Amino acid sequence: MELERGPRPLRLIGKVRHQMKTEKSLRNLQRKACLLRRHIIRMVGVGKTGHIGGSCSCADIVAALYFSVMNVDPARPDDPGRDRFILSKGHAALVLYAALAERGFFPLGELERLKQVGAMLQGHPDRLRTPGVEANTGSLGQGLSLANGMALAAKLDGSNHRIYVILGDGEINEGQVWEAAMFGAFHRLDNVTATLDRNGLQAMGPTKARLGTEPMGDKWRAFGWHVIEIDGHDLAQILDAFAQAKAHPGSPTLILANTVKGKGISFAENNPAFHNGMMTQEQYDLASRELEAALAALNDQT
Amino acid sequence: MSQAQPNKVIYGQTLVELGERNPRIVVLDADVPRSTNTYRFRDAFPDRFFDCGVAEQNMICIAAGLAASGKIAFASTFAVFASMRACEQVRTSVAYPRLNVKIVATNAGVDNAGDGVTHQGIEDLAIMRAIPNMTVLSPSDPVTTRKAVLAIAQLDGPVYLRLGRNPSPVLHEENVEFELGKMIPLRDGDDLAVIATGNMVHEALIAAEALAGQGIEARVLDCHTVKPIDNAAILDAARATRGIITAEDHNLIGGLGGAVCEVVSELWPTRVRRVGLKDCFASSGRDYRELLAHFQMDAAAIQAAAQELWSSNGVHALSASSARCATR
Amino acid sequence: MNRSITTNTHNPRIAYGEALLELAAQNPNVVALDADLCKSTMSALVEGKYPERFFEMGIAEQNMAATAAGLALGGKIPFIHSFAVFVSGRAYDQIRQAICTTRLNVKIVGSSAGLSDFGDGATHQSVEDVALMRALPGMTVLSPCDALEVKKAVWAMAEFEGPVYLRLSRNDVPLLTRAETPFEIGKIQPMRAGADLAIFATGTMVATALEAARQLEKFDVSAKVVNVATLKPLDEPGVRRESDGMQGVITVEEHSVIGGLGTAVLETLGASRIPVQRVGIQDQFGMSATNHLELLEYYGLTPGGVVAAARSLMPNTVAS
Repeated sequence: MELERGPRPLRLIGKVRHQMKTEKSLRNLQRKACLLRRHIIRMVGVGKTGHIGGSCSCADIVAALYFSVMNVDPARPDDPGRDRFILSKGHAALVLYAALAERGFFPLGELERLKQVGAMLQGHPDRLRTPGVEANTGSLGQGLSLANGMALAAKLDGSNHRIYVILGDGEINEGQVWEAAMFGAFHRLDNVTATLDRNGLQAMGPTKARLGTEPMGDKWRAFGWHVIEIDGHDLAQILDAFAQAKAHPGSPTLILANTVKGKGISFAENNPAFHNGMMTQEQYDLASRELEAALAALNDQT
Repeated sequence: MSQAQPNKVIYGQTLVELGERNPRIVVLDADVPRSTNTYRFRDAFPDRFFDCGVAEQNMICIAAGLAASGKIAFASTFAVFASMRACEQVRTSVAYPRLNVKIVATNAGVDNAGDGVTHQGIEDLAIMRAIPNMTVLSPSDPVTTRKAVLAIAQLDGPVYLRLGRNPSPVLHEENVEFELGKMIPLRDGDDLAVIATGNMVHEALIAAEALAGQGIEARVLDCHTVKPIDNAAILDAARATRGIITAEDHNLIGGLGGAVCEVVSELWPTRVRRVGLKDCFASSGRDYRELLAHFQMDAAAIQAAAQELWSSNGVHALSASSARCATR
Repeated sequence: MNRSITTNTHNPRIAYGEALLELAAQNPNVVALDADLCKSTMSALVEGKYPERFFEMGIAEQNMAATAAGLALGGKIPFIHSFAVFVSGRAYDQIRQAICTTRLNVKIVGSSAGLSDFGDGATHQSVEDVALMRALPGMTVLSPCDALEVKKAVWAMAEFEGPVYLRLSRNDVPLLTRAETPFEIGKIQPMRAGADLAIFATGTMVATALEAARQLEKFDVSAKVVNVATLKPLDEPGVRRESDGMQGVITVEEHSVIGGLGTAVLETLGASRIPVQRVGIQDQFGMSATNHLELLEYYGLTPGGVVAAARSLMPNTVAS
């Protein structure tokens, strides 16, 4: 923060106050992201598999969306003017469920019933069973098209709500993603903000070894998208990117978020085994300790 | 009575009618609006029409997104592409969440004579029947096509409606009673029953006339709704007659024939002969009638199946599917 | 077949992987393609040993199917892999247009079929893959009943010229056959004799049917059990022969009752008046669960479900 010299001390104080308020908001979001990660590992538990890696890599982005950026209200889940979120990489359902529960779309207790027969929370998002879920995803590559449809509806209705999508970097192997990308740019769907969770890993290993997709930013630009590249774990950059996207007219935006698969859990970070991995008791306890410590550190910084 | 027209022309006209009445109606196409006739809606309501280009999967999911946002989305392309290229999208993004998307697929069956196999959808009824939550329709003539399109706009949920390519003769009165899930009887008879769908209803009527000349009175039922199918009408036919012949411009496997077999075998076992494409791909033809005759799917084939059923004494006979397919 | 087939596993996927590796060792024209699931589908075994004959296609099933068509045109025998729901649904048009219309020698492996991917829920559970594949002219559809039969099926499909779809469960199934049990594409395999009812079962449900037949004995009902490992071309003479003289027929499959084994048997028996009951998933999507058995129970795919079907066929004999 620059000290402003001269005859306007009030503006300086205002700036400092704003800065402090922003830092406090960022810390709050960091706490939320930590909470989401804690929910993720609790939902998976010991001895069962779960998509820990891909859920944790986008936890900061999801926290930003649900606790700052998006206009959603759990008391009015059908409000036509609400923002929409589509988790196109539907296997990261854990992070979505955690965010929806924290926002109050359903009781936190539902998280413990994940995947039980007849439960509200399915292995992949189900809009008929789970309040707050906008689209049934899980079969990769379909979410951006769904977003396009919602965006068209919004424009038809003259509503300025926005549609947010998170895609995976393995997911963009699917041809349909590029059909949707072409369409979105051609139809100037600037009410769509897509975020690409570029954690560099897919189910079978590094994306660059399985089916190389670089140069990623150039590809989206070539398809007519506005591209912003960020550190997907820096909440200030995340918020800034979403704000820029909202203000950018005439084309949809892709936020190319560089992330770490399994972020926040030491043994899961950059580890392909945790795409759909299982924790031992030791690992579970370690993850719990790490996340509790992270939360405590954030709480100390009031 | 109105003139013979391609049912898809009626579809296009009815879409405009719907568009005038209901601002929630939106229409999508995949680069073939001239052929499917959605161009009519495009010209009338350009803001509510989206040509997605040759990208059927994207189209189906965009339709799903529109429906999730409160629209009634009609999405059209050829039957072969709607049912196969976008199969998983129809299943996962439309049917599984029960979204209000109406997939109206034209140029189905060997009715799409010239383009040949890659453009002849002969598996679509089997595919769509196997997907839960899907309503599946195949109207026979211009009158019932219009009523079907109006009816599906009123129905909340996923629909697949199949139409052919060529003009269909008018078979029903303008004021015929049309109800989703209810077959329409076109001819009475208690000797045999012919349950047909789409283009084959006309062929069934021709066959019934010929059979009457041989002293066999066959009832003819227009099965415009293949799913949910009219169990009561099938049961009634099974009880009252010596056997049932099914007829469809579609593979013998999994379509109307399969559906009727499923019902009778569980509720009132009777003999069924299926007329349709004998589990082979068809081919190009100069015209539709040539192909129907060549692949033994026309009125003469229905008549032959009926005669075989009538004269057989209940011993297992070769089912139609075992007969060798006519080669190209 | 004079090859000796053995396995120590009860898991159809693992048995499949063993067979594919053995096949690849013996035939240099065999190639494998996968869509980012090779450790699950077991095609990773080929990647490990013969990396030049393995192609990771990424999460792009349609591209995989069409590329396999190209490989087949180049004289290879491609095996393509993904979960049943994706390889049958996502790549359907390519399978039909590029592979079936020209009857190319491509083998399509649908792994984790039915409800066997219990955790992931409906998007990953294929209830309609058999219906889709049966509808395609020129397609052969195989659904082996145990790990040993999976291996026989793999060898048979490699020797068979033309498109084949192989459906595999994800989880262990009991071993029901022996090395010397015959396996032939297009032929049913009687597993148990009976005089009152005929139960046609496929895949994971053959074990279920055998258990149901045992339970029906206490009602004095003698039920035969027939393993239908080839769903297309269905052994129509065999199905009719086994149904002849029965008071009723039951079909059992881990699949929708629409379009699969049930419909296939009914289409065949259309010439007769035998009553049939179809046990299977009643035209619904799947859902998540914490284990496979829980789902099978939920959807009635149990010995009890088969007994209930028998009851509707013989209500005066099979008491509640």
